[in-house]
Amino acid sequence: MSVLVFAESTGGALKKAAFEAVTYGYKTAQVLGTDCVALTLGEVENPGQLGTYGASKVLTASDLTLNDFDGQVYTDVIGQVAEQIGATVVILMHSSTGKSLVGRLSARLNAGSAPGVNTLPTNDGAFRVKKNVFSGKAIAQVEISSPVKVLSVMGNSFQPETVGAEVSAEGVSVNVPARKVTVKEVNRVKGTVPLPEAELVVSAGRGMKGPENWAIIEEMAEILGAATACSRPVADTHWRPHHEHVGQTGVAIRPNLYFAIGISGAIQHLAGVNNSKVIVVINKDPEAPFFKAADYGICADLFDVVPKLNQALKDFYSNN
Amino acid sequence: MKLLVCVSKTPDTTAKISFNADHSEFNEEGIQFIMNPYDEWYALVRAIELKEAAGGTVTLINIGPASNDQIIRKGLAIGADDAVRIDCQPKSSLFVAKQIAEFAKEGGYDMVFCGKETIDYNGSEVGGMVAEYLGQPFISYATEMTLDGTTATIKRDIEGGKETIEVATPFVLSAAKGLAEQRIPNMRGIMQARRKQIDVRQPVAFDDLSTVVSYEMPPAKAECKMIDPDNMTELVRLLHEEAKVI
Repeated sequence: MSVLVFAESTGGALKKAAFEAVTYGYKTAQVLGTDCVALTLGEVENPGQLGTYGASKVLTASDLTLNDFDGQVYTDVIGQVAEQIGATVVILMHSSTGKSLVGRLSARLNAGSAPGVNTLPTNDGAFRVKKNVFSGKAIAQVEISSPVKVLSVMGNSFQPETVGAEVSAEGVSVNVPARKVTVKEVNRVKGTVPLPEAELVVSAGRGMKGPENWAIIEEMAEILGAATACSRPVADTHWRPHHEHVGQTGVAIRPNLYFAIGISGAIQHLAGVNNSKVIVVINKDPEAPFFKAADYGICADLFDVVPKLNQALKDFYSNN
Repeated sequence: MKLLVCVSKTPDTTAKISFNADHSEFNEEGIQFIMNPYDEWYALVRAIELKEAAGGTVTLINIGPASNDQIIRKGLAIGADDAVRIDCQPKSSLFVAKQIAEFAKEGGYDMVFCGKETIDYNGSEVGGMVAEYLGQPFISYATEMTLDGTTATIKRDIEGGKETIEVATPFVLSAAKGLAEQRIPNMRGIMQARRKQIDVRQPVAFDDLSTVVSYEMPPAKAECKMIDPDNMTELVRLLHEEAKVI
């Protein structure tokens, strides 16, 4: 019996979300009175650091064919490791890779699943976790009754904690099946923060009047080290790329700070962002529904306010 | 070419969410139901486009009660050829996937399409589960897809970017924004849909391994603090000292 965490890597590097998942795995293992084992796939730099975040053991399957993602192959390999170590809980990140694996792995292991959890499991005889449903408009408590459980943990719900020390990673012996998917090309947006992982997000809507006015938004994102996002009408009219669209039919995010600039706050947009820790709304319409969901509001013309805010932010960062 | 498209019923995106008195069930009263947008706008339309280009059939599958027939009829009006409904009230993704896989196995489909997630439970699980039961590749978050004989070239969303992959049929695909453009059913489609068959079947036995036991609403937000537009230094101070987010 143990908790197995698949710690995802990108281009051989482990990122913050992987550390979050390991800390979540460590805490889950504590609840269940067992150990947390982390697994990396493909060539990964310094997997032993996962010990710091709570893995008592780090296993690596470094077969080169695992450098590129193939859901069928990954599922099989993670499934084999879960069986080898007798894992009762398998934890994934709720990233696009994790989300592509959670269902498949639960079918493979005949395990009940809960995707996108944001609480630790209960330990009162029943295994229950909570997750957002209806695109963040409600929370569901899910009970898993099977001996093996598969969870994916929502990003930014648990912060990585230094609870242990580095360990030396051990190679694990697995049978890597032949790939059926060939990766031809990978294009990652360079130099910017990927939206689903961003802790700070600057988002703008139709109030911007046109794509040519986005310089002030990009400037603000640069000062903050934030990701940029937009509302659906903005993506639909191609003012901004589709991958920036947050909302019910776009990306759902939960950053620490969300700036909504010139976005009225339709229910579908709120559904994708209302789990942000702090929301700042800038809108010239005092009746904009977004103010009801905001922590801080500025009712003014964004073209006046945003340059002033950018200056205030610059001053802040140069003094801190 | 035989294509199977999985469609599910979800509350309309503007629906006000509430629960019954003991918070154990979603309150359906006054709720407008729609076909899950990812299933309808992207998965179904791309499947119909492939059929229009290369010939073949598009079959819809839905797991649910008779009231789901209105959603299925819309799918038929958009251009699917026929449909099957597995008559039950599903409670878990694994149960749904099992029903789809059992049906798909006997049909020998070249491709199974579903939406990237439903907008109610947001699980993104069913496609991967179906693929695992069928022993086929699962291509998630597809935003572009072309088919050359039996080889598909697919662009998909990954963390912070896009990936282009190649895969041979048969496979399961989940559709994201970009894969196709939404189609509105026309009068001819609606008339034809009335004559198309919905094959109603009984589910295969399968025990739920996970169930929702209760619901709650997110904690209410405190009142919004309004800031003087001429004092952005104050906002920055509050974000730093009070909210502690910068």
